[in-house]
Amino acid sequence: MAKKSYRQAINDAIRQEMLADPRVVVMGEDNAGGIEAPGEDDAWGGVLGVTKGLMPEFGRERVLDTPISESAFIGAAAGAAATGLRPVAELMFVDFMGVCFDQIFNQAGKFRYMFGGKAVTPLVVRTMYGAGFRAASQHSQCLYPIFTHVPGLKVVLPSSPYEAKGLMIQAIRDDDPVIFLEHKVMYDDEEDVPDESYTIPFGEANLTREGDDVTVVAFGRMVGLANAAADALEKDGISCTVVDPRTTSPLDTDTILECVEETGRLVIVDEASPRCNMATDISALVAQEAFGALKAPVRMVSPPHTPVPFAPELEDAYIPSQAKIETAIRGVMAH
Amino acid sequence: MQLSRDDLVRAYRTMRTIREFEDRVHDEFAAGKIPGFVHLYAGEEASAVGVCLNLTDKDYIASTHRGHGHCIAKGCDVGAMMKEIYGRADGLCGGKGGSMHIADLTRGMMGANGIVGGGPPLICGAALSAKTLKTGGVAVAFVGDGGSNQGTTLESYNLAKVWDLPAVFVVEDNGYAEATPSAWSVGGSQVKRAEGFGMPGIEVDGHDFFAVHDAARTAIERARKGGGPSLIHVKLARYYGHFEGDAMTYRGDGEVDTIKGGKDCLTLFRQKVTEAGLLEADQLDEVDAEVKALIDGAVGDAESAAAPGEADLVTDVYVRY
Repeated sequence: MAKKSYRQAINDAIRQEMLADPRVVVMGEDNAGGIEAPGEDDAWGGVLGVTKGLMPEFGRERVLDTPISESAFIGAAAGAAATGLRPVAELMFVDFMGVCFDQIFNQAGKFRYMFGGKAVTPLVVRTMYGAGFRAASQHSQCLYPIFTHVPGLKVVLPSSPYEAKGLMIQAIRDDDPVIFLEHKVMYDDEEDVPDESYTIPFGEANLTREGDDVTVVAFGRMVGLANAAADALEKDGISCTVVDPRTTSPLDTDTILECVEETGRLVIVDEASPRCNMATDISALVAQEAFGALKAPVRMVSPPHTPVPFAPELEDAYIPSQAKIETAIRGVMAH
Repeated sequence: MQLSRDDLVRAYRTMRTIREFEDRVHDEFAAGKIPGFVHLYAGEEASAVGVCLNLTDKDYIASTHRGHGHCIAKGCDVGAMMKEIYGRADGLCGGKGGSMHIADLTRGMMGANGIVGGGPPLICGAALSAKTLKTGGVAVAFVGDGGSNQGTTLESYNLAKVWDLPAVFVVEDNGYAEATPSAWSVGGSQVKRAEGFGMPGIEVDGHDFFAVHDAARTAIERARKGGGPSLIHVKLARYYGHFEGDAMTYRGDGEVDTIKGGKDCLTLFRQKVTEAGLLEADQLDEVDAEVKALIDGAVGDAESAAAPGEADLVTDVYVRY
């Protein structure tokens, strides 16, 4: 086992699945580095290099460059998935989903149901999300609650390199359309990741730590911050369970409710903007199913309801921080 | 290539089946027996059949709001289609799709589409599958004149060209996008749009089965042999409104009757094949009778078929309930 970055872990997963299954193809803008690139080794592998190396290894028939034409190529990926391929399409930034959302939510997401269960759509749409890159409003959003809202899609938020590899292999093998959200700030994060292939099932939350006092549910990049906050509060005698649901759809509501029943307190950390996000959804779930177990009102840690700002000071203030998570945890303890 | 007598009978039978199906759906909808929105294809039969007679089950088509004709031309089960339109449990899509989403992937029919311009990107994908998996298949997108103005359609022309896909775009121009004339809404020429993307394009008279069939055969053979995408602009007319219940106030007095009188694709087909001595009028009358019995049976079966149960609401979607 070697240390691998989040980027390498995802690359590893796609490469292994391409080796294992000739139906797996990759497509996206700059994946092959432009059809007229001077040399195959120069291929970008997408704008942040996640698929770098795949074009030289698998060729242009399986690593397809696309025009900047998301409606057409995301739709083509959906059509290809319905007719025998297993495409992994890169939508460069999730913010660009607006131009091709129809093909995701009216086409790919509905085939199976609308066609009476007689269609499969083994499509993975990889996309980058999240603030922290000083990329401002149109390159920094966390739109996963929108996908979660749409029946027929699976929505994955890997929180570490290890998680990213196992979840990506699972995504490629899945027969439903999967939106795989990679946090752009995490690409260089490293940890031990097995060389061999492994999968992590969807809809099974991971408890990254277990404690007695507070349940903290966190998504994607927020899982690391929640763990750091829990570490810091341990010194003050506050003991937290941290739940990483891994997928927002399907959502492991059983584990969340069990943890809340045990601890009686809940903090939800969600980088998505606060109206109708995962935090409000889980808060409603707990209000309905575990209200009697609560010793304190639920606290939600999310950004303000604004677009993501550009100035570093403003962006830092926008993103949920370890300090804000600690304050929320202390808040539910003090209630 | 000359069409054999069998091919001609098949073409006529399929066109007649579409006409009979649509006329009956029109009547049954008016009688209040069919739920939802229905968009009928009557009058446009020569297009779907002229194209699809060149296809097999390994080829895919994507359709439009007006999908029944394409579905029948691609070989979908007519009885199961009728049940689907009635919303029955054993309909083609289990009663979950209905008229606007009717589909059968086993027949290469990727669905009518409730989204105007939704189909062309999907067909690029089906063509990519055929090319990558080397199935020898081609993929055909039917698009209306309304859909031809969607960005998805124009993006698909470009993508099909740059990926060199075995794809054919068939623009079925019935003169109206809903109630708006295509003469007003389409800038420039459909054929020149194709040429602008580096594809061959051709305009054909959609009332003439033989003209459509010839153009489609050329385009489909080109695609099958690796010659890339092309476009066919089919000019035709629909006999009913955009949707059932549309009073068609936007059409001139007698417009439809004039078309039915002089350009009806079934009448023209009959004339051509009987005058050329290829088929006998009796033979065609026999087909008419068989088709009528088939559709009567389909309507009867659909009326008496069971509706889905409430438990069916939450099947065929991956979420656990």
